[in-house]
Amino acid sequence: MNQGSRIAPYAYVLPLVALLLFVFGYPVVRIFEFSFKMVRGIDGPWIGFRNYDLVLSQPLFWESVRHNLQLLLAVPCMVVWSLLIAVVLFDRLRGWKLYRVVLFLPYILAVPIIAVVMKKMFQFNGPVNEVLRWIGLDFLALDWIGSTDVALWTVMLLIIWRESALGIILFLARLLALDESLIESAKLEGASWWQRLRYVIVPQMKVVIEFYVVVSVITILSSVFSYVYMIGGGRGGPGTSTTVVELYIFNALIRTSLPGIASAVSAMLFLVSLLLIVPLFAVRRRANEEEVA
Amino acid sequence: MAGSETGFLARVRPDLALKHGVLGVAVLIALTPTVFMVLTSLKSEEEYTFNKVGPPAAPVLDHYRSVLFASDFFAWMGNSLVLAAGAVALSTAVSCLGAYAIARMQFAGRGLLFSVSTSLMAVPPVVMIVPLFVLYAQLDLISTYHGAILIYAGLITPFSVYLLTTFFRTIPRELFESARIDGAGDLRILVRIVLPLSLPALLTLVVVNALYVWNDLLIAIIFLQDDAKRTLMAGISVFQGRYGDQIPLTMAGMVFASAPMVILYIAFQKHYISGLMAGSIK
Repeated sequence: MNQGSRIAPYAYVLPLVALLLFVFGYPVVRIFEFSFKMVRGIDGPWIGFRNYDLVLSQPLFWESVRHNLQLLLAVPCMVVWSLLIAVVLFDRLRGWKLYRVVLFLPYILAVPIIAVVMKKMFQFNGPVNEVLRWIGLDFLALDWIGSTDVALWTVMLLIIWRESALGIILFLARLLALDESLIESAKLEGASWWQRLRYVIVPQMKVVIEFYVVVSVITILSSVFSYVYMIGGGRGGPGTSTTVVELYIFNALIRTSLPGIASAVSAMLFLVSLLLIVPLFAVRRRANEEEVA
Repeated sequence: MAGSETGFLARVRPDLALKHGVLGVAVLIALTPTVFMVLTSLKSEEEYTFNKVGPPAAPVLDHYRSVLFASDFFAWMGNSLVLAAGAVALSTAVSCLGAYAIARMQFAGRGLLFSVSTSLMAVPPVVMIVPLFVLYAQLDLISTYHGAILIYAGLITPFSVYLLTTFFRTIPRELFESARIDGAGDLRILVRIVLPLSLPALLTLVVVNALYVWNDLLIAIIFLQDDAKRTLMAGISVFQGRYGDQIPLTMAGMVFASAPMVILYIAFQKHYISGLMAGSIK
């Protein structure tokens, strides 16, 4: 019995370990190996840092990185918008539960679907520009999808539109769990709506806001492939104006068949994601503690 | 609560109007793409050229007919369903065993396994594709269900392990001890006691993970290149490439493609909302 129970735990975790080693362990080792090789087909000779040299000297790579960084500007917009809506919902006006169901809808729709719809809406002669011209905002009727200067901002709008839905729900859940006696007593002491928000409510939401910021940063640096793939016609277009790091890796692997180059970029992205794990763990732990307390 | 609000009402009315106004704008922004999609899908191609914003003057169902009978949407949905079901089943089975051991058994490396597995939630899937693609090309696993299911199952498993382990730890120790005194082994405890108590967590897990697989585009277009194995999301990309100029037809396709998830959402709002919050990292 004793002997059996000493070995038993390993039998329970064996499938888990095997699956994680196959899908994460093996690729992580191989991307580092490939990144130092000139891979043709399935393997190739060692070439030192030449893949890295090539990538780092290529303007398109830096342009992709810059696009990911520019998309990070979406995060403050998402936080402010979600916070505003969550706080107004928290006042529990008539019908707030219905509002909540509707406001979460953007997060239910799959990114490729919504990207196709938005692409048609934002066409140069599409309905968005038609409405803008109709209300006299002609200067805003841009070539949202087709202009190299504007396309990435359109992608950003779409990201804000969809990812804010998650922020609203997360923030509202935290608000509903707040100790409302504090808010009540602030109200009794004559604090205005804005003062209550600024000095009572937002400070108590610090942890959930941090959590949302970290999760959103990770999303934007590493999971915006479907947005740009669909909006940019599969190529990060027009031109290279919406290419991001994920698409760079995809193109290097699938379109130009250079696994070595794709691996060098993957390895760098992997290292960046490791850096993000630290803050993620910290905010997750604090968020969990807060729920218990 | 209601009483104090009505007492306030006389004084805060402009305030209240402003709040309803803010929510109204938010609802408008959230719903506009869906409304546009549905209205446009009912317009004829000519009508759309002069009526892009308003409701259809003469609604037509032709586009839905084309989508239903002359496109591959059903086949794509079938493929997505197979992948989601396979990956969720595999990941859930593996994670239940693993999480049970991590939560309730003593063994060397337990803490390490849990923290490494949890950290993997923050690692972008795109990092894994190059070596797996090269390996799959070599093993002839490209465009096979089992090959893609294995990758999807792996990608969703860190979240499953995290959620199940934290849930299993909340189950009172006495339940385990009394079952053990009755002579039950670990597997029996897991199946008969732990899993029935974990139904809410399991439901959340299924929702989040199935949605991840169903909505994924990256893995689908790389590892399922064969037309016959194409998933719904990859199919949408093909569909818009082929019929992108026929906007009402495209919109009918999008309405049809989003229908399953929207219907499930309306039916199971609570599980969706709590599940997606828990899985917000995915």
